[in-house]
Amino acid sequence: MTEVRQLFFEESFENLDMMESSLLDLEIGAVDKELINTIFRAAHSIKGGAGIFKFEHVINFAHTVETLLDELRNDQHIVTQHLIDLLLRGVDTLRALLKALQTGQEYKTDAVLACQQEFTALLITPLTPAAEHAHPHAPSEETPPPVTELLPVAWHIRFKPYPRLLQTGNDPINLFRALDALGELQICADSSQLPELADLDFQNCYLSWDLLLIGAVDKAAITEIFEWVEGDCDLELIPLDKDSLAETRATMNKAIEANLAKQLQAVKKPEVSELPAPPETPPRLSAIPIVNEVQEKPAHNEHLSSHINEASSIRVGIDKIDALINIVGELVITQSMLDQVGEDFSVARLEQLRSGLAQLERNTRELQESVMRIRMLPISYSFNRFPRLVHDLSTQLGKKVEIKLSGEQTELDKTVLEKMSDPLVHLVRNALDHGIELPEQRRAAGKPETGLLKLHAFHQGGNIMIQISDDGAGFNLERIHQKAVEKGLLHPEENPSTEQLYEFIFHPGFSTAQQVSDLSGRGVGMDVVRRNIRDLGGTIEIKSEIGKGSRFSIRLPLTLAILDGQLVRVGNRIYILSLLSIIESLRIQPSLLSVLAGKAEVYRVRDEYIPILRLYALFNIIPSTTQLEQGILVIVEGEGQKIGLFVDELLSQQQIVIKSLETNYKQIHGISGATILGDGSVALILDVAGLIRQFYSSNRVHTFSELSVGAMT
Amino acid sequence: MNNEETKVANKYLTFVLATEEYAVDILRVQEIKGWNKPTPIPNTPEYLCGVINLRGTIVPIIDLRLRFGLERLPYGQMTVIVVVRVNSGNKERIMGIVVDAVSDVYDINEAEVKPTPEFGSVINIEFVKGLANVSEKMIIILEIDALLNSDELAILEQTVH
Amino acid sequence: MAYILISDDSVAMRQMLKAALLVENHHIVEADDGLIALNLAKTQVFDLVITDVNMPMLDGLSLVRELRSLAAYQFKPILVLTTESDPDKKKLAKAAGATGWLVKPFDPDKLLAAVKKVLG
Repeated sequence: MTEVRQLFFEESFENLDMMESSLLDLEIGAVDKELINTIFRAAHSIKGGAGIFKFEHVINFAHTVETLLDELRNDQHIVTQHLIDLLLRGVDTLRALLKALQTGQEYKTDAVLACQQEFTALLITPLTPAAEHAHPHAPSEETPPPVTELLPVAWHIRFKPYPRLLQTGNDPINLFRALDALGELQICADSSQLPELADLDFQNCYLSWDLLLIGAVDKAAITEIFEWVEGDCDLELIPLDKDSLAETRATMNKAIEANLAKQLQAVKKPEVSELPAPPETPPRLSAIPIVNEVQEKPAHNEHLSSHINEASSIRVGIDKIDALINIVGELVITQSMLDQVGEDFSVARLEQLRSGLAQLERNTRELQESVMRIRMLPISYSFNRFPRLVHDLSTQLGKKVEIKLSGEQTELDKTVLEKMSDPLVHLVRNALDHGIELPEQRRAAGKPETGLLKLHAFHQGGNIMIQISDDGAGFNLERIHQKAVEKGLLHPEENPSTEQLYEFIFHPGFSTAQQVSDLSGRGVGMDVVRRNIRDLGGTIEIKSEIGKGSRFSIRLPLTLAILDGQLVRVGNRIYILSLLSIIESLRIQPSLLSVLAGKAEVYRVRDEYIPILRLYALFNIIPSTTQLEQGILVIVEGEGQKIGLFVDELLSQQQIVIKSLETNYKQIHGISGATILGDGSVALILDVAGLIRQFYSSNRVHTFSELSVGAMT
Repeated sequence: MNNEETKVANKYLTFVLATEEYAVDILRVQEIKGWNKPTPIPNTPEYLCGVINLRGTIVPIIDLRLRFGLERLPYGQMTVIVVVRVNSGNKERIMGIVVDAVSDVYDINEAEVKPTPEFGSVINIEFVKGLANVSEKMIIILEIDALLNSDELAILEQTVH
Repeated sequence: MAYILISDDSVAMRQMLKAALLVENHHIVEADDGLIALNLAKTQVFDLVITDVNMPMLDGLSLVRELRSLAAYQFKPILVLTTESDPDKKKLAKAAGATGWLVKPFDPDKLLAAVKKVLG
């Protein structure tokens, strides 16, 4: 039962999301019947489900909302901003209510009732009571008869169905069976209306009956049985006492005998069955569980509940499952093939072994990709909450903002999606709060009054890129510089690069906003945003132009568990670098080396100076060589900064399954995880961003600018 | 194990380190395995040999000799690793400890466990649950959680970037 | 044991119906929309169809009408799930050709009784 309950909540949240997005699409003044119907149906569904679990408040609230929606679709109201806002508030209230019920928390009933009141106030027709759930009886039943009323000894039921009764799917015999359960039943049929066989239309019912139901039966019980055929028959219920019972019985018996006689006489004539023969039923198909075919309709917008519970279930398109099944099938074939080769192996069969292994490699890769795709969801799940957010926020801030989404179908791992939710919200809030200016300001700057916020997602080289851009005020580098100096993060004499200035934005508590607004200033800061992104193995970069706007570019791996790695050797140890972080690897030419202030080594690559980090020194390993020109320099990048890692040798590149160090040990600076190599040994994966951070923090920023200054001369 | 308090006997796995015999609660022992050369982790205490691959999971290996300040023995095919489950904060960790040799499994009564006198130096008595006498031998019963969660290993510290 | 088709866009509701009906070992086939139900009904003849009214693509009453136009379903029992004790809804259901109705939320026993009534 709890499973059904959970389903109800999940479904209801989806319905609420549906209502919300539809409401946002409603145009003021216009009448979009389809949209309104969608919203109505969603509310109706929620009400129905709530009825099962007897969630009183939800039922009543949903009913009120539904009634208003019904009036709306009957053109009794015009779509106004007020109406939309009210309905949106209704959605919020329901959502909060359902959330509380789901988690077993208290909720403020007066808030719910207050909101409900607002709806009721608008209603034109008085509210009819919501569905009775306490008494799921046949609705035609009135209040049960007072106990003192005497029940008759028997009932004489005259039942004359109209010809079309059978076409409703009702069968008199089922009705009689039901009556039989109430007491002793005697049936006498009247076939006087039955035409000749040639004129018989099997669709029609020509018979009528006199029934005698003996027993102390309540009239209501009888009418309940005939409830569905009301209107398709003539029904007369005559209560009988002891005397009239005897009388009726006698009459019926006589009629029955007469009938029998007639039928015996007609034995020579072809038999006419009382009920029409059912039409030829087509053969039943084999009972394949068809449940799988409950197809995903493209029009049906599936939303995650906007309070993203790290949901433990996922809906998967059947095509992905089928693909998986196919690949596993191929894998099985490959396995048995290799089995065979191994059975009696000789060097002659080496080619076969090789090809089998190649096939295995292909199958494994396909399987891996296929499985990964199952965990992938389109980013629309996350993007879809933003129109509402932007709508509310812009209203709150008194700004005019238009949101444009693109690339919503770009897929990414479910966990990454869930964990990116909050950071994205924060960035959007920031853009609205600090980025996009007030309409007057925009006008003064010669910009259109309505600001534009764009969310764009796309795949690039094994990553997913998410860009949040606005055409707002952009970052004021001057101000950042100032603030950094004020906070003592920067030496007044220093001349940091644009990238370095942007770095400060990610500093906890650093905000150049004149007033820290309620919305984005508190709690979640850019530092947390970046940390969340980093935890996922991603990066975030800023590009901005003062007066024109800003763009945040987030890069995230498509999957958390696997990366393409470059194996490197330092001494007798093997380390792994993520291929994506590597810019280039080269042999060091002594002429391009410089040493600054006696300690910091830099290497010139084209027009840049890259600091060198000797990994062996950092990790306390004895390397093959300490001479730079005898090893390799691997230039890596993390968050806009580059560094050269000095290693002994470059080894192979391969796909790495990331294993956690933290499960049984702990997180180590500079190491992001471990993997198991083909020979079963463990290799550590280097955390490039972490190494870079460590390097710069240990050398302190102004040393680097010294580096850049010093190197230029 | 019956429930009468006085008669509670726990099973312990004992092993040898140098001249002493130590014991750990058998319920904490996941398995005993042979030597796998661990991958060292940079900038960690010397007694942390590194990590190994245990059927797909990364498991840290601690040399108890070094942990107790004893002389290191060369590792080789005869080296034994006892893989134990350690309660760490709110979760369970799997770790391996390098010992000289594994001895036996004994039933030791709670009542037989005597409190530890102050050794003064060799081992921190936080790690020792108590002492017991089995067949004329003194067994040092280890408190495995305390031993492997210690501050020096800084396991429980939440490192932040 | 009968072949029953249930059509409702609410998974929760379908689960409830299934749970109640499986007690009698009926074989249940589910559809989450009237259109899908109609297609399923065309490929396989069910002994009973139970449908909700409000569904996105094809609503319940239209489904009933469509089914009634099929030879195989001329006399088959079709029950409609309604949420209100509103006489109008029932009239509409009947007018569409429904055999009868069940009021949501339904009592599982009443459901079984109703099913028995129409299946015999």
